[in-house]
Amino acid sequence: MTGRRAVVTGVGVVAPGGVTRDRFWKTLTEGRTATRRISFFDPSPYRSQIAAECDFDPDAAGLTPAQRQRSDRYVQFALACAAEALADSGLDLTDAERDVAGVVLGTAVGGTTALEQEYVRVSDSGRHWLVDHALGGPYLYQALVPSSLAADVACRHGLHGPAQVVSTGCTSGIDAIGYAHQLVVDGEADIVLAGAADSPISPVTVASFDAIRATSPDNDDPGHASRPFDAHRQGFVLAEGAAVLVLEEWEHARRRGAHVYCEVAGYGSRSNGFHMTGLRPDGVEMGLAIAAALRQARLDPSAVSYVSAHGSGTRQNDRHETAAFKRALGPTAYRVPVSSIKSMVGHSLGAIGAIEMAACALAIEYGVVPPTANWTTRDPECDLDYVPNVARETPVDVALSVGSGFGGFQSAMLFRRLAVTR
Amino acid sequence: MTRSAAGVTAAGSGPPRATAPGDPEGDRRAVVTGIGVVAPSGIGVDAHWRTVTGGIRRTGPITLFDPTGYPTRVGGEVPDFHPAAYVDTRQLVQTDRWTQLGFAATALALADAGLPPRAPDPYDWAVTLASSSGGNLFGQRELQRLWGGSSRTVGAYQSIAWFYAASVGQLSIHHQFKGPSGVLVAEAAGGLDSLAHAVRTIRRGTSVVIAGATECPLSPYALACQLRSGLLSTVDEPAAAYRPFDRVAGGYVPAEGGAVFVVEEREHALARGARIYGEVTGWAATHDAVHTGPDTAGDPATYARAMRLALARAGSTAEEVDLVVPDALGVPRYDRSEATALRAVFGDRPPPVSTHKSLTGRAHQGGSALDVATALLALHRDTLPASAGPVDPAPGCELDFLRAPRRPVSRVALVCARGFDGFNSALVLRGAIPRQRSATD
Repeated sequence: MTGRRAVVTGVGVVAPGGVTRDRFWKTLTEGRTATRRISFFDPSPYRSQIAAECDFDPDAAGLTPAQRQRSDRYVQFALACAAEALADSGLDLTDAERDVAGVVLGTAVGGTTALEQEYVRVSDSGRHWLVDHALGGPYLYQALVPSSLAADVACRHGLHGPAQVVSTGCTSGIDAIGYAHQLVVDGEADIVLAGAADSPISPVTVASFDAIRATSPDNDDPGHASRPFDAHRQGFVLAEGAAVLVLEEWEHARRRGAHVYCEVAGYGSRSNGFHMTGLRPDGVEMGLAIAAALRQARLDPSAVSYVSAHGSGTRQNDRHETAAFKRALGPTAYRVPVSSIKSMVGHSLGAIGAIEMAACALAIEYGVVPPTANWTTRDPECDLDYVPNVARETPVDVALSVGSGFGGFQSAMLFRRLAVTR
Repeated sequence: MTRSAAGVTAAGSGPPRATAPGDPEGDRRAVVTGIGVVAPSGIGVDAHWRTVTGGIRRTGPITLFDPTGYPTRVGGEVPDFHPAAYVDTRQLVQTDRWTQLGFAATALALADAGLPPRAPDPYDWAVTLASSSGGNLFGQRELQRLWGGSSRTVGAYQSIAWFYAASVGQLSIHHQFKGPSGVLVAEAAGGLDSLAHAVRTIRRGTSVVIAGATECPLSPYALACQLRSGLLSTVDEPAAAYRPFDRVAGGYVPAEGGAVFVVEEREHALARGARIYGEVTGWAATHDAVHTGPDTAGDPATYARAMRLALARAGSTAEEVDLVVPDALGVPRYDRSEATALRAVFGDRPPPVSTHKSLTGRAHQGGSALDVATALLALHRDTLPASAGPVDPAPGCELDFLRAPRRPVSRVALVCARGFDGFNSALVLRGAIPRQRSATD
């Protein structure tokens, strides 16, 4: 490779239970859960009536009325995160830097929520197949094409480098950061705002997951419904949110004396070619994705000090990835802390991969591993150290995060504390 | 490095290739060995080429639904597309037409490349497609059921048919593409970006990457959404509806379909004696950082920067370019700004420009992929096809539109694309020397 390296110099988060980076981290390290009964609409017709919603205030996030009108909720999240991450990085971009500053954001379902709301209007609640186009809102096209996500962030910050949306379902967040990493390493950009956003909490998405019984029906106890790796898990809890990281070429960051959270050390992805929603229990492809990321980072499995699991809280996932960790990490799998923050902030589809990478950067920064909340009963098939319920203080030099999604995508990314490598 | 094998040369004359980022030795190069076209121009490369070289317009009144009540009633539909010929019964019920078009284009591309339908080494093959609007028709049907039906339910396949990764997921299962895969969205520009990303993936060790895009934005709801862009043509007469760079230009005609490519590591292709269309030598993407609106025209300087970067990355000079395939939006102010960008790059000696989007309509990311197919076929078949218009170039759009077919000289083509809300992409292709010309060249 070229010798160019990408480091993380800024972090911005909008998550359930914690809008802004610091509040997000406080939620995680206190082991608080942000899952609740859905408040955005009456969820009573649906099998799963719970979600992890963000208490997002566009005004507090500094969005103008025009931005609020133009941008769908998931895009607003990204705008808030991007501004926070840029401010955190201390970057004050020159015109020349704007030409080499890009935006790569992931989303699984993009403007689905807006498309559904508009559809109810233009079809008169499903009465007309030939919908009345004249009733559509002025930004309906922006809702149709999720490229709006990257475009709106580029427009707000005047970034003229490559802009892209990556939409590989539930691995979109990791894959977007992986794409951004390649742009920086290959010299296609020096700075990339990389992350992901989704706001899928709407009837059509809830009904979609109802139809395949993927989400938890534990409506009586929403606060404890997301139970990854616990024997009594019942499915995932839908969520929304976003995270944006500032990826910066290492020399560029070093020259300006930037604070560096960590280096993006390696990225790997594989597809299982098996089933659109099903996973084989052997975890082969996720294991291969982890191995590819380790190879790129030139790290031995024993170097991994924290694993941010996909941990969606479905039985097939928990078995699948426990097997994948054993395959790829060998004996290290049994002693490394493994946790799923989805137990607290739910599963925000494409966004969560980026939110989990933000958690990894903060785990390295603060030397604290977030817990797996709601873990009470051991599952014999899941026999690793899942950091039950209480955050753990421990130095994190190398954090591994994985994602697994519909379509069979398996992705893995490694963040490494910079001091370790110099 | 050996420059020829199996009677073909992947790269011809011209300056040495610029050192590539991510691959400083330049020893992993990416060539296109298969093309699958499923577009209004026809199914398969031969049908597409006949449409392009014959200048045959394939747009017409929309038939996929009754467009009577909409201001845009002309579209580009794939003629005689029978999904069952490409998709088995089980996949048919769980996929949108957009995915079915992708199945067909991928199968055709693999066959064209002489590769088997199932990857012999699954982890060494991957797929990265662009999709800007997902499974529209499927999604509308399920929204209709959810809101118009008696219970608040959708079918079991909604969760896997509507989202943007549906086609790539299904293809990876069907063909056993298990290497690093992706799904890109940059509105219409992403078709080019998918080929650039295929090269990045190949440079990192994968041997075969399926790239390109198909789209199907022709459902009532998707059309209603597109109408809000303000860029669609509302002219009812198909021959007059989409006339990029012409004085009468008044928007674009939406279309379905696209093109899918087999992008292959060069040595891998040479070792199996594959026919090589050309090499993907350069690419770049920039963003205007300005939203598309009624008064915007795109930023020619930022667009030109993408073209220059792509040429520089390819190690090609502006003088070398044989053919430019432009974005050709068909909206006067955008046509002018594209012409301005091309003049900024090429100055007083512009290369010939040829566009065929008016024949097929604009299939978003599938449309930019289709332009790549046209450029590769032009280089490989040793014929730069005449441009399908403009008949009467608009003021400010005076470019060297190719009025008659011509033979390429240096076999370098530049394909350009823009996407709604500020995306710009450029791709440089270097054609293989055709077998029959290599002796005299």
